Amino acid sequence: MPSLESQGVSPDVKLVTAIRSGDESALAGLYDRYSPLVYSVALRVLGDTGAAEDVLQEVFMQLWRNPERFDASRGNLAPWLAVIARNRAIDSLRKRHPETAIDDVVVSVEPDMAGDAERGRAMEKVRGALGSMPLPQRSALEMAYFEGLTHSEIAAKTGEPLGTVKTRIRAGLLALRKAVA
Amino acid sequence: MSVHEQFAEDLALHAMGSLQGEELAPLQAHLQTCADCSRELELLRGDMALLAMSTAGSAPPRRARQRLLEAVAREPRHAAAPIRGRRGFWSLAPWFAAAAAAVMVVLLFEQNRELKSHVAAMNALFVDQKLQLQRAQEVVETFTASESQQVTLVAAKTVPQPQGKTFYLRSKGGLIFLANNLPQLPPEKIYELWLIPKTGVPIAAGLFKPDTRGSASVVNPPLPTGVEAKTFAVTLEPDSGSHQAPRGTFVIVGVGE
Repeated sequence: MPSLESQGVSPDVKLVTAIRSGDESALAGLYDRYSPLVYSVALRVLGDTGAAEDVLQEVFMQLWRNPERFDASRGNLAPWLAVIARNRAIDSLRKRHPETAIDDVVVSVEPDMAGDAERGRAMEKVRGALGSMPLPQRSALEMAYFEGLTHSEIAAKTGEPLGTVKTRIRAGLLALRKAVA
Repeated sequence: MSVHEQFAEDLALHAMGSLQGEELAPLQAHLQTCADCSRELELLRGDMALLAMSTAGSAPPRRARQRLLEAVAREPRHAAAPIRGRRGFWSLAPWFAAAAAAVMVVLLFEQNRELKSHVAAMNALFVDQKLQLQRAQEVVETFTASESQQVTLVAAKTVPQPQGKTFYLRSKGGLIFLANNLPQLPPEKIYELWLIPKTGVPIAAGLFKPDTRGSASVVNPPLPTGVEAKTFAVTLEPDSGSHQAPRGTFVIVGVGE
């Protein structure tokens, strides 16, 4: 049987495969690689290092317990972990039980994010897009994403029409997609 | 790929987890049948991931790594190895729990059914007893109510005489006494009903005053059970009664029917 490496399988997928076999060192490897990402997302949402560390633990424990929930054919591990971390942090922020099962989330990013270099370049573009984004649009996007506010709550907070808030959130996300395309 | 425009903004909100209830239901129904919109939802989550990844830069505390690895070491090994062939006890635990829950549901269902049956039987008994009580009250009321019209039939052209009728149930000590044509009471006097047993001294069975027509009744006075009655009698006593034994004159006496 040809090895995973010879089939062009990414290091992330190999580590996830090893986790399925109960390889703790594989989990440690993924932790070393992605814990800053997961922790940064949680810290941005929660603004508290202790709470962010709890989310970090939870996300990696979920990966250890249910590695099969990550479907390598539907996307890279880094974006998947980032979305899982954000959702768990919002759940923690709102003191609610997780509303989305970890296996329900399929995350698709067009550019390949498997390599550190590709990810680094993409992030530069994303930060550039955010920097050039009109402030009301960026503000609506960040309130929805990092504060977990609904469009109704944002409209109430900013005094802007609900339709405008909805449009800004979608346009903001599409702008990020366009930046890395 | 073409996204249905009417769902375009809601897809972005759904990716954020902002849609709920009535706003979410139509979109979810649409996603069941629209591959393009489902794909767009995945891409929007990818856009969200880009936003999340833009925050990278903070390193977690060093202790977090050790904490994770210690937690992993404490985890049952099977949790991370679903491809292993042999299934341990703990992997079967949810099935045992589910089976136990199913048995419990059946037992509770059966118990509930029995309780409902018991309650229905009790209700039926209650209704039956209520009807019986109602009939008994109607009978007693007919005998004893002040407005109940009482007519004593005697031989023609004879003067009505004082008379009484007792209904005595020895086993329960129950007694109903009805009287007619009693003379009006003299001052400071009262009538007293007596149970004259076959053996032993008379037993006081209640004081009473007749109405203006000379009618009176005594219903279930306090009596011991099981006393065999020889007869009953009514005496005229001081208005406090005699209680221990008849001291006054006998007005009417049973004839031992």
